[in-house]
Amino acid sequence: MEAGAGRRAGEPEPAAWSRPGFDDRSRLLEGVRAYGLIVAMWMRSTMAYRASFVMTTLGNFVVTAFDFVTIMLMFAHVDALGGYTLPEIALLYGTSATAFGLSDLLFGSVDRLGRRVRDGTLDTLLVRPVPVLAQVAADRFALRRLGRITQGLLVLGYALATLDIAWTPLRVVMLPLMVLSGAAIFGAVFVAGAAFQFFAQDASEVQNAFTYGGTTVLQYPPTIFAKELVRGVTFVVPLAFVSWLPALYVLGRDYPLELPEWVAFLPPVVAGLCWLLAGLAWRTGLRAYRSTGS
Amino acid sequence: MDSDFIELDGVEKVFDVRRRTGFLRRERREVRAVDGISFRVPRGEMVGYIGPNGAGKSTTIKMLTGILTPSGGRLRVAGIDPARERTRLAHRIGVVFGQRTTLWWDLPLRDSYRLMHRMYRIPDRRFRENLDRCVELLDLGALLEVPVRQLSLGQRMRGDIAAALLHDPEVLYLDEPTIGLDVVSKAKVRGFLRDLNAERSTTVLLTTHDLTDIEQLCRRVMVIDHGRLVYDGALAKLHEVGESERTLVVDLERELPPVTLASDLSVRVVKVEGPRQWLAFPASVSAAPLVARLAADYPLVDLSVREPDIEAVIAKMYASDPAL
Repeated sequence: MEAGAGRRAGEPEPAAWSRPGFDDRSRLLEGVRAYGLIVAMWMRSTMAYRASFVMTTLGNFVVTAFDFVTIMLMFAHVDALGGYTLPEIALLYGTSATAFGLSDLLFGSVDRLGRRVRDGTLDTLLVRPVPVLAQVAADRFALRRLGRITQGLLVLGYALATLDIAWTPLRVVMLPLMVLSGAAIFGAVFVAGAAFQFFAQDASEVQNAFTYGGTTVLQYPPTIFAKELVRGVTFVVPLAFVSWLPALYVLGRDYPLELPEWVAFLPPVVAGLCWLLAGLAWRTGLRAYRSTGS
Repeated sequence: MDSDFIELDGVEKVFDVRRRTGFLRRERREVRAVDGISFRVPRGEMVGYIGPNGAGKSTTIKMLTGILTPSGGRLRVAGIDPARERTRLAHRIGVVFGQRTTLWWDLPLRDSYRLMHRMYRIPDRRFRENLDRCVELLDLGALLEVPVRQLSLGQRMRGDIAAALLHDPEVLYLDEPTIGLDVVSKAKVRGFLRDLNAERSTTVLLTTHDLTDIEQLCRRVMVIDHGRLVYDGALAKLHEVGESERTLVVDLERELPPVTLASDLSVRVVKVEGPRQWLAFPASVSAAPLVARLAADYPLVDLSVREPDIEAVIAKMYASDPAL
C-alpha cells in the first residue's frame, strides 16, 4: 500500500524532495495519495468506536429515509405526482440520493473551509507537503454518511424491482454512469462552493442551497417545477444531469425544455467540465488567500 | 549557500484592507505589513525575531513558509522560492504556530505522528528514531494516546514541536513557542531547542514576546517594527543601541534623602520609597565601582541589580531615533 513499505528497515533513502522525478509527479496523484492517507486515519479512528459508528450511521440512514417516507405518504393520497408514479419517482430519488450521498461522503468536508480561513487553521495545511484541497476534503472523513448512500441504494433497488423498464444495453450502462457522474457533478459543486468561501467566509449556506437543496429538487420530477428553475439547474448549475436527464432516458419519458435525447449521455462530459471550472475556482481562491492572508 | 540559507532582499507585503464605513460604502486602505526587509541567516544559526504586536513578524514567517506570496522583493529559503514551490519547501522546513496546532485536534497524538510519517514519506527507521528522541526529550510518553484536544497548552506545544521535527527539517520556524506556557514547560522547550540546534545544527528562527527566550537561546536578534527591520545584531549590543539602563536597588539603614555620588558616575535616582532607593545606571557600565562608592558613603543594608527589560530597550530605541 505504501511506496516505501517494501524497503528494508534501516536502509537510508534520499529525502522525498531530492528524489528524481518528484517535481514531475502529478499533483493530482499526490493529492489522491494524501487524501487516501488522511481518510484511512479517520476510518481507523472511527472504527475504534464501533458502536458509536453503527449508531451514527443508523441515525444518518433514518434521518435521510424520512425524505422518502414523506413522498410515500404523499402517494397514499394521489396516484401520480407531475405525471410520475411512485416507482418512477423512486428512480429519480434513488439516483440523486445515492450520487449526492457518495459526493457528500467524499467531498462534503470542504464546506468547513470558511471556518478554517476565519480561525487561521488553513495556514497549518499550507505548510504541509500535500495539496490543500486533498487535506480539506479528507478532513474528518465521516463514514456515517454511508447511511445516506445505503438509503439511496435501497430506494433505487425498490424502483428497479417494481418498474417495468424496456431494458437495452445502453439503459443498463446508464445506471452506474449516472450515479458516478452525478457524484462527480455534486463534488464539483462542493469544491466550487468551498472556493467561494475564500472570498466570503460565511458562504457555506449558499453552497448548501446548491448541494443539499439541489438534491431535494432532483428527488421530484422536473414537471412539477417552474420552467425557470428547470432551466437554471440544466444550464447554470447543471444538476439536471445528475438524475433527471439520464433517469428520464432510462424511463423513456419526455425531457424537460424539449431537449434532444442525446443529452442523456452528457453527464460524464458535464462532470468533467464542472471539475475543470471548480478546479480553476479553487486555484483562484487559494491564490487570493495567499496574497491577502484572509 | 550555507551562509545565505535564508535570504531576504527588500521583501514587501502589502495588504489591501477594506473597511466598511457605511451601509455599502467601503474604504480601501493599503497596509504595508512588511516594508522592505533584507537579511541573511546562515545555516545552523538561531535567531530571535522580535517586535511589538502587528509589527510584521507573523507576516514574515508566513512568507518564509510559502503561505503568503510577497508583494515585492526577493526571498529564498535553502535556495527555494517559498511562494512558488511551497510543497517542495515543506519537506525541508518545520513550523510551529504557538497559537494554533498543526496536529489533528480530535485524534490521539500518535495518530497525527503516524500520518506525518506517511505524508512526508519519512523513512521508517528515521521516523522511529526521531519520534523516540522527541518522546524522550519532550516527555511525551504518557501523552501519545491522548486526543490532542485534551492536552494542556504546554503538552500540546511539546507535541507540536515534535511533529515539526519528525521529517528532519533543516530550518524550524517557531511563532511564539512559549506563549501561555508555565515555567517548567518553558524551560523544557528552551532546553530542547538549544540541544536541537547544537546537535543537528538546525537553523531556528523564532518570534516571541518572552524576552527570556531570546536571552537564553539566541545570540542574534532582529527587531522589526512597522514592517521594517530596526535592529539586527547581537543581543548584548541591543542594550547599547537602546541606551538601556540597569537598576540598582539599595536598602539603607534608615530613610535618607536621595543619594548623591561623585559626578563621574553617571547614575540617577529614579525612585525613593522609605529606606529603599532605585538607582539607574547605563547597562554598559560595571556596577562594581558604583557599589563600592555607595558602601563607603552610605549605611548599606542590602542591594540587588536588575537587568534591563528588552521591551523597554526597544521603546527607548524608538524614542531616541525619530527616523524609526
